[in-house]
Amino acid sequence: MRQKEERCIVTFRTTAAAMEMERICKECGIPGRLIPVPRAITAGCGMCWSAPPHARETVEELVMDRHLMIEGIYAILL
Amino acid sequence: MIYLDNAATSRPKPPCVAEAVVAAMEDFGNCGRGVHEDALSAARTVFSVRQKVAALFGARPERVCFTPNSTMALNIAISGLLTAEDHVISTDLEHNSVLRPLYRLQQQGMGLDFVPADRWGRPDYDAFEKLLRPNTRAVVCTHASNLTGNLLDIERIGVFCRQHGLLFIVDASQTAGVFPINMERQHIDVLCFTGHKSLLGPQGTGGLCVGPGVEIRPFAVGGTGVQSYAESQPLEYPTRLEAGTLNSHGLAGLGAALDFLEQTGIDVIRQHELQLAKRFYEAVRQIPDVTVYGDFSQAERAPVVALNLRDYESGQVSDELAERFGIATRPGAHCAPRMHRALGTEQQGAVRFSWNFFNTAEETDAAVEAIRLLAAED
Repeated sequence: MRQKEERCIVTFRTTAAAMEMERICKECGIPGRLIPVPRAITAGCGMCWSAPPHARETVEELVMDRHLMIEGIYAILL
Repeated sequence: MIYLDNAATSRPKPPCVAEAVVAAMEDFGNCGRGVHEDALSAARTVFSVRQKVAALFGARPERVCFTPNSTMALNIAISGLLTAEDHVISTDLEHNSVLRPLYRLQQQGMGLDFVPADRWGRPDYDAFEKLLRPNTRAVVCTHASNLTGNLLDIERIGVFCRQHGLLFIVDASQTAGVFPINMERQHIDVLCFTGHKSLLGPQGTGGLCVGPGVEIRPFAVGGTGVQSYAESQPLEYPTRLEAGTLNSHGLAGLGAALDFLEQTGIDVIRQHELQLAKRFYEAVRQIPDVTVYGDFSQAERAPVVALNLRDYESGQVSDELAERFGIATRPGAHCAPRMHRALGTEQQGAVRFSWNFFNTAEETDAAVEAIRLLAAED
């Protein structure tokens, strides 16, 4: 397995919300990709947005500006 | 075969629809199950179809919930919003996909009244006010009769619903993709649609668009790909109403069909279809022994003409049209029992001709000639 590094993780309550996040991040050129939700946040299933830690502020602004329906934003070692 | 049964299902579809379905079947994983590229391809496409549907109807993408058809969407809306304590107003123009879910609730004690239609199938708009009761909760009605093509003034009914604080549930099975629909302007709380008729998509696609503040109890509960350890169905839309694997292959086709509609223009499509339906109506109404049903004083109506020839069984006429002339129509009762009673065609049924964008004037004239010939025979 690769070395763990810090990531900014955004979680959602529906797949549709994750899709909207991905679409808008791509549109705005914000780095990141969809990955399975890490166990450290919640056991179960679903997808989350994983961005580099330096993008956290931009991601938070985007969530506010575009009224994205997220569950939470976390800093996690992955 | 000259296909004039588009109100049952549109045929042909634009070629891009089948192409999109085939590509999806080759490439897609399961939408919302897993996060690998194949699953994401499906999820992205399904989400893009939500956006297209939302743009078409003035809805929010996350409140577009997919179902296999309009009947399922109506069942979800009706059973998830209404209870035995409520009273509901509907109309004589309805299809069984509205009537049966309402009758089932009526058997459990729900109050139910119908705005009557006259012998031309026109609803009595004044009746809405008269049928109002203190516990009236909703109006459920179609946008256009599947039998006659008569269009209801849903904006007028929507204003009535807003004035009295009623939920407005609309069945757009015969109009989505042909007539402009805007949930906000027409005060629609739940819009139910099917993908395989005038939206030109595959069968097995459809859905409901849910307006702001409308909380529908989930009909089916089950796998969602999210919140796996919750014992109840997640309450966030669209997941709330989408238990189980979605028909992402079909939805990919619906997405392609919606692109076709946008590129072609729904006004262009409507004008073409209505022109053909009018051409047919103007010709067949001159033929002796032909009775045409519905209100043709309306400029805007769904591209449908229902008729009977003398007292012939409608099934017999439809069969002659198919076997001798290669013309596909639908006979019988059209799942609209109250409308047949209003028109006086309960026993005879009616032969329904319905157009789509790919029909031509030549096909329409051939159908007229076939009716003329049958009428001239003993």
